[in-house]
Parts: sequence; C-alpha cells; structure tokens
Amino acid sequence: MIEMLQTLIMWDAWPAGLQTLVVIMLKIVAILAPLMVAVAYYTYFERKVIGYMHVRIGPNRVGPRGWLQPIADAVKLMFKEIVIPSGADKKVFLIAPVLAMAPALAMWAVIPFNDTLVLADINASLLYVLAIGSMGVYGIILAGWASNSKYAFLGAMRSAAQMVSYEIAMGFALVVVLMAAGSLNLGDIVRAQQGDYGLFNWYWLPLLPMMVVYFISGVAETNRAPFDLAEGESEIVAGFHVDYSGTTFAVFFLAEYANMIIVGMLSALLFMGGWLSPFQGWTDSWLGQPSLFWLLAKASIFLFLFLWFRATFPRYRYDQLMRLGWKVFIPLTIVWLVLVGVAVMAGLEPWFGKA
Amino acid sequence: MTFEQILFYAFAAILVFAAGMVITVRNAVHAALFMVLAFFTSAALWLLLEAEFLAITLVLVYVGAVMVLFLFVVMMLDLNTAPMREGFARYLPVGIVVALLVIAVMAMAVGQRHFGLEQMPVPVPHGADYSNTRELGLLLYTTYVYPFEIAAVILLVAIVAAIALTLRQRGGTKTQNIAEQVAVRRDDRVRLVQMDAEQRK
Repeated sequence: MIEMLQTLIMWDAWPAGLQTLVVIMLKIVAILAPLMVAVAYYTYFERKVIGYMHVRIGPNRVGPRGWLQPIADAVKLMFKEIVIPSGADKKVFLIAPVLAMAPALAMWAVIPFNDTLVLADINASLLYVLAIGSMGVYGIILAGWASNSKYAFLGAMRSAAQMVSYEIAMGFALVVVLMAAGSLNLGDIVRAQQGDYGLFNWYWLPLLPMMVVYFISGVAETNRAPFDLAEGESEIVAGFHVDYSGTTFAVFFLAEYANMIIVGMLSALLFMGGWLSPFQGWTDSWLGQPSLFWLLAKASIFLFLFLWFRATFPRYRYDQLMRLGWKVFIPLTIVWLVLVGVAVMAGLEPWFGKA
Repeated sequence: MTFEQILFYAFAAILVFAAGMVITVRNAVHAALFMVLAFFTSAALWLLLEAEFLAITLVLVYVGAVMVLFLFVVMMLDLNTAPMREGFARYLPVGIVVALLVIAVMAMAVGQRHFGLEQMPVPVPHGADYSNTRELGLLLYTTYVYPFEIAAVILLVAIVAAIALTLRQRGGTKTQNIAEQVAVRRDDRVRLVQMDAEQRK
C-alpha cells in the first residue's frame, strides 16, 4: 500500500530535504490529529463524569448518547462572531490564544509513545518539556492585559503568580525524577523503571510524595479546579478569557485540555512506568508486555483524576494556594531531593541499583 | 549555503529585528514581548552551536520566569512616555558618545585579536550520543565546583536578604493561620448530643 503510493507520487525523485520535511510533517499530523480528537472527547467525558457525580446524566441529546456533542460544540464556536473589545490591543489580543496553544502542542514533540515511537528523541527532553511548558503562561497574561478589562486583568495576574509559584515545586519534583533515573531523556526515564517486579519497580513507590506534588502542581499549572482562580466565576466572571468569543475562546479551551493531557501523559511516563506493563515478569501473555495501551491507560487514570478533583473540591482561597505551593510543596520536594540523593548513592534496590 | 547557515541567518535576522524593536516601540508591553522573542531566537542560535542545555535553560529561566515577572510589573505601570522623550535632543550627544564607547570596548574585547578565526577554529561537530548536559555537569561539579558552590551561596544570601529586608511584622494585625484552618476536624466544630425522644405536647 505504502510502496504503491510511493511509486505513484514518484517519491524517490523528490529531493532529500523535502522527503525529510514531508515525513516529519506526516508524523506531526499523526500525533496532533488523534490529540485533537482526544481533546474533543475529553470535554465530553468531563461533562459526563461530572454529570454522573452530580447524579444527573450529562449531555445526551446530540447523536446517540450525546456522542456528537463535542462536534456540535466545535461547530457552534467556529461560527460565532469574534468580538474584539474597542479598547483592546488588537494584535496582542489575537496573538494571545496562539501563544497559549503553541506550547501545548510543541511539548508533544518529545513525548515517547513506546520504546522507539517518538517524534524528536532529544537527550534533554524533560528540560524541554519544562521550558516549553513554562511559556504557556504568556497566552494567559497577554489575554488578560490585551482585553483592557479589569476582570480579565485580575485573572491574568492571579494566573501568572500561581503558575510561577507552582513551577518551582514542579521543577524540583522533576529534578528528583531525573536524579533517580540518571537521565533527562523521557525514554531513558521509563527504561530505568523497567524490572522484574512489575509495577513495584516504577518510581511511584520511592517517589510517591513527588508524584503527588507533580500532579497537584500540574493541576495548578493548567488552571484547573480547585486551582482555577484565574477563572473564578463567582468573583471575576471568567477571568482572563472573559472578553474572548468564538474561535479565539475555543483555542484557549483546546490549549487547556491539551495541557491537561500532557500532564497526564507526563505523570504516567515519569512515575507510572510509561508504556511498561504493571505485570511485567509475572505473565507471558500480552498483558505482561510493554505497549502503547498501558501508557494510554495510565494517562487516562490521571485524566480521570482531573475530573474527579473538579467535581469534588471547592476552589482554593488565594492565600491557601500560595501557602500550599511555597510552604508545603517546596520544602517537601527539597527534603525528598536529599533523601533520594542518599538512596541513589547507596544504590537502593530495586529502583536505584542500575544507575 | 547549507541548511544550517540558512537557519542561522534566519534566526539572526529575527534576533536583530526583535532587539531593535525592544528599544524602538513605544508600548512597554510590546517591548517586553519583543524581548521574549529575542531570548527565544538566541536560544535557537545556541541550539545551532550544540549548546542544547544552555539554550533550553535560557528559555526556561528567562522566557519562562524572568520575563513573566517583568511583564507582570510592566503591565501594572501606567507609563506616560511623553516626558521621557522630552530631552531627547539634549541628551543625544552624550548618548552617542556612550554608544561609541561601548562599541569600541566590545570591538576590543571580542574582536579579531581574541576571537578571530585563527584563535577560534570551527569546532568538530559531536555525534548524536554526545550529551552537552552531562559535559557541563561534569565540569561544574569537578573543575569549577568551588566557584559554582560559592555562586549558589551568594544567590541564597541574596534571597534571604531580600526577604529579611521586606518582611515586616506589625503588631495588632489580624491574620489567618491557614495551617490551623486546614487542620480543623469535624469534632472541633460539631458536637453530637444524645437525647431521649420527647412526647409531643
């Protein structure tokens, strides 16, 4: 099939540079197209899950059991007018959603899906994820500023302070992981968790507090409930995107969900053994083999946690949020950094013996 | 021209353009945004020099943290640029002299004599398994361990000093003790009482 297509378009006659470019583009499409579908159905899943947690049904009108709801939402948003407030800084107002979306997509370049399946296998991929992730805040603060609205500006200020604070705890948690694995490459971090004890080899056990810190910081970084002070409907209407409508709002929405999926994926890769099977060494059937299925299953569990949190916890107060970040998470990560340092030097089996 | 050279000139052009815009645009927020672009493109240039650790750290620290705080402050300011441009003609000669001096110093420091093509031959490109991060780490924690640690301690002292200078405790203020609030249990607030059923009158 592929060979037939190759002869049909005279692939071999193309210049080498163009060939590489086309192959990379196709790989990007192969990652982003499923991602967009995942984002769409994650919003549907969210409404269903929260619905059932509230003892109601959730969307069930568009298509069978409401399966076409996300598509209807997307079409509706696309055909709505984009309103630009009269006092807004027009260029920055329109660039802001792009700046929110671009990092959320760029991070996928280094996410490995199994032992070999990764778009860009760079040796500092964890650092890359942290660096690109830290750029997501620009979309939010610029949106708040460019809207020329007090509510939007307050939301942006809250969000900027919150994201800068939690990035430190998140960074420290990642430092502990890279110390344990002895590598900055996401693939190597997963491979370092391989062993004969199945799920007990993974880092969730020795780095349990770090997993909690990382995931909660991830919830705070993506501005999700209970850390969604940037939106805070009851106080500042909808926060930074109060003046956005139609497609521009949809882009913010997409970026938020793409970021959530990234956090879920990274939690699975860093702490839950990525594509490794929880039953490795226990059984010889496919259940014991590493595969993409396990990665997606683990990421889905974390994504479910996002929704569970939203349906369960009331929103944090701002001073509580700052205290949690600075006075609880950062000291905890520093203590664990020292402990893991000792454990790595001592070669504590079965996690740190190999490095 | 190789592909790398095309990339280099493209990024260099963007960098120079962004740097020029930083000092020429009127709006302070726009200037800060062009500075972000300048940092980002210089990170791309460092990547071309195989300094991927430094490039990513530049984005992480400067774009991700420093410029965010910078924007934070700039957005809160209500800058009126008219009085700032008042003495432009008067200060122009001084400005030109300073600029020429800086150019001269830079030409002397990083010019042909120290960084010419003879002193700095084209480095041999490393293989795909070469880890810039590992090399930097090895250097920092062996040869340069004392300067590195001393720099870290100085930064720590600066942080502590900044906090010590600004943290004031005033008597008579009412503050909430969040740790106490979070630690509240049901038993602290609710008392269950057992009482006998009573006859309705």
